[in-house]
Amino acid sequence: MHDNLFLSSVVEWSRLQFALTAIFHWLFVPLTLGLSFMIAIMETIYVKTGNEFWKKTVKFWMTVFGINFAVGVATGLILEFEFGTNWSNYSWFVGDIFGAPLAIEGILAFFMESTFIAVMFFGWNKVGRKTHLTASWLTAFGANLSALWILVANGWMQNPVGMEFNPDTARNEMNSFWEVLFNPTAINKFFHTITSGYVLAAIVVIGISAWFILKGREKLFANKSILVASVFGLLSSAVLIFTGDSSAHNVAHTQPMKLAAMEGLYKGSEGAGFSMFGIPTPGKKYGDGKDEYVFNLEFPKLLSFLGYRNFNAFVPGIDDLIKGGFKKEDGSTAISAEEKIRRGRAAIEAYQEYNKAKKEGNDVVAADAKARLEKNFKYYGYGYFNDPSSIIPNVPLCYYSFRIMVWLGFLFVFIFVISLWVVLKRDGNFGKWILYLSIWSVPLVYIASQAGWIVAEMGRQPWTIQDLLPTVAAVSRIDASSVMITFFLFFILFTILLVAELRILFAQIRKGPKISNESV
Amino acid sequence: MDTTYIFLQQYWWFLVSLLGALLVFLMFVQGGQTLIYTLGKTEDERTLIINCLGHKWEFTFTTLVTFGGAFFASFPLFYSTSFGGAYWVWMAILLFFVLQAVSYEFRSKVNNLLGKKTYEWFLILNGLFGTVLVGTAVGTFFTGSLFSVDQAKIANIGGNMTISQWEGPAYGLEAVLNPINVALGLAVFFLARILGTLYIMNSIDNDKILARSKKQLLYNTIPFLVCFLFFVVCIFLKEGFAVNEAGVVYKEAYKYLFNFLQMPAVAAIFLLGVVGVLWGIGLSLFSKTVYTKGIWFAGAGTVFTVLALLLNAGWNNTAYYPSLYGDLQSSLTIYNSSSSKFTLTAMSIVSLFIPFVLAYIVYMWRLINKKKMVLNDIQTESHIY
Repeated sequence: MHDNLFLSSVVEWSRLQFALTAIFHWLFVPLTLGLSFMIAIMETIYVKTGNEFWKKTVKFWMTVFGINFAVGVATGLILEFEFGTNWSNYSWFVGDIFGAPLAIEGILAFFMESTFIAVMFFGWNKVGRKTHLTASWLTAFGANLSALWILVANGWMQNPVGMEFNPDTARNEMNSFWEVLFNPTAINKFFHTITSGYVLAAIVVIGISAWFILKGREKLFANKSILVASVFGLLSSAVLIFTGDSSAHNVAHTQPMKLAAMEGLYKGSEGAGFSMFGIPTPGKKYGDGKDEYVFNLEFPKLLSFLGYRNFNAFVPGIDDLIKGGFKKEDGSTAISAEEKIRRGRAAIEAYQEYNKAKKEGNDVVAADAKARLEKNFKYYGYGYFNDPSSIIPNVPLCYYSFRIMVWLGFLFVFIFVISLWVVLKRDGNFGKWILYLSIWSVPLVYIASQAGWIVAEMGRQPWTIQDLLPTVAAVSRIDASSVMITFFLFFILFTILLVAELRILFAQIRKGPKISNESV
Repeated sequence: MDTTYIFLQQYWWFLVSLLGALLVFLMFVQGGQTLIYTLGKTEDERTLIINCLGHKWEFTFTTLVTFGGAFFASFPLFYSTSFGGAYWVWMAILLFFVLQAVSYEFRSKVNNLLGKKTYEWFLILNGLFGTVLVGTAVGTFFTGSLFSVDQAKIANIGGNMTISQWEGPAYGLEAVLNPINVALGLAVFFLARILGTLYIMNSIDNDKILARSKKQLLYNTIPFLVCFLFFVVCIFLKEGFAVNEAGVVYKEAYKYLFNFLQMPAVAAIFLLGVVGVLWGIGLSLFSKTVYTKGIWFAGAGTVFTVLALLLNAGWNNTAYYPSLYGDLQSSLTIYNSSSSKFTLTAMSIVSLFIPFVLAYIVYMWRLINKKKMVLNDIQTESHIY
């Protein structure tokens, strides 16, 4: 088998399979993150007021929650194991750090979630009201706690901290648990992701409620649900926007290539503007001299401010990051991608020499090789590339995904504000256009949420671990055909499950909570 | 020699083994799923049985996920080697578990696309293949697998860079060619069915289902004993995989038998476990009065038995994941495949929460299971599978 050919196809199929699983997983999880809290809030009102209306409302949203939960769990299991099945070298190279959050997620979060979800669904007649309410809150906390640990793991892939490479075991080993846990990338990611889930859940609740109003059914239920969801969504949006801003700041420092790709920015400048709307030149390649955009409407100096908190800061573009030579924020001069590749190669060669010297028992040579390895380890992953342009992610995909996420995000804030206003000030008399907009926002919020992950993960390419391990060196040694077969198996299975789940969901929604308006 | 590090490696092998043991116990859900048509003759009876099992499916599932996570954190090189190599075995296991996760929730819902029957068959497939495959995969801990490990390969730019790789075309499926693995797979399957009947006897108040369960208990105990004894005798008599202080792996006659003799406490746990399983079955089958609490003896017995077997595979200087390809030195031991001392220490602190987690699980389990389920429940419950 020719190794290069083998690698390109198995890497592509493995990436595709992982992306497929992650995308499907993320169709189900964000709703459960947010809906679980809204259910707990509504149940709290029920316990406080004793009003049966709220119990029925809670039960309706719990049905929606339960249908989603099952598929989220199923796809989550596959994701966890795929780190091993498809990314064997990855599991070896970083397992010492990456495994820990996954284990903690299982021990602390999943059991909390699965224990109390059983009480939530089957405990109505078996436990007291307060115990049931506690179970509902703990289910929500469990779901969100599991998100914390997997996002700590993901944050570490974007910005590896708290570890040291051990050449004796060929892996990175953790030397600070707290650095891994409180990694700024991880913390931003956690809050940004869970609040995106809350916004998604709030939009879904508003969208479904809007449908009831449009059909002239369950008006009270719909209005009360919209009230809870719009307040919850509005508060979540505040955190979402705040952490979105700090994520941009963080990315500028830890993953400048991702930022450049998100902006479609090839030529960097001081006082760089933020592209509000634009069309990056199709088919543009590094160094082909074409313009960056066919059309671009920019907000002056905003990108410099978002990235560096300084309206005149220099934001490097893709060309600058490859050629190097620009002044960085700390005053040092950036090195070129070619130089990074050279240093990466030096690290890999030093690792080989270290192995050889260790085998021969030559400690002096081993110590020297180790010192060179440590000196260049920061660029270790670059050593796997020959062509500097290999480190550029897919620019149009990152550019458009980012804009879809941001602009739709503002649309959702608008929906929260106007829904809240109508419920509070106009006695829930919604104009038809608001109702239609709310319903159409349901598919849009899923698109926005997926787009966010596309920016995060496609923007990290070609790395699995930023700067340290490219996908090409992370993959398992299995036939591309095997991965292809499992890809299609999963694709067919997940699609059937998605269709089944949507049909069930629509049927349950059509059935409705069955609350007569007089009962309140 | 760093004794703290060695202690941590032993401790984490214990925890992973305990999780594995709990997983096999909780597979009573899978075992019960394969019996829905045998124990439930009417639609309502089946719904009752499925709901009774369905209240617990998430525990089995979560234990599987946590087992994976804990193995990853404590012995990442196993994760990298086995999952990345025995690709088809693990993928098959995953597929059969995905079928389970959705089937409970979707089964009785209106408009569920595939119909009630399909989801019931998904549950049966999960119960059959989930148990057999997990058992077969664990069998390779004693019989070995075809893989090689070479750390230097990660620096092999432009060539084969994968550190651990499978050396057979079937990517792990070849495990079914070894009768010892298959015997363990079938033993797990029949044990799961035994536990399933015992759990149903304890949780459902229905004479017809009870009578059928008793019959099934007997029918499954016989093949279980045959497969289990075959497996145990085979591993006791076969050469095992030992590791010396220098980390060199070699074959040793009667290794697994000697492990029990050299670790009498583990042997005692094993015997206690076997007696517990038999006691639970015996009481349920032969008691003069109706006895339905056999699940607790058989369940605890299962945990003890599996725990002791897994400890046998990893403790006492044994290579728990032996490589049969080329030389034995690719084999994984708890020493050469564990996480760093730092990570194991950090994880050990986290593990102090486990008793607390177990406590709330037990407490909530008892709350939900206080009363046996009856046919009428499926009419009155608000959430029905």
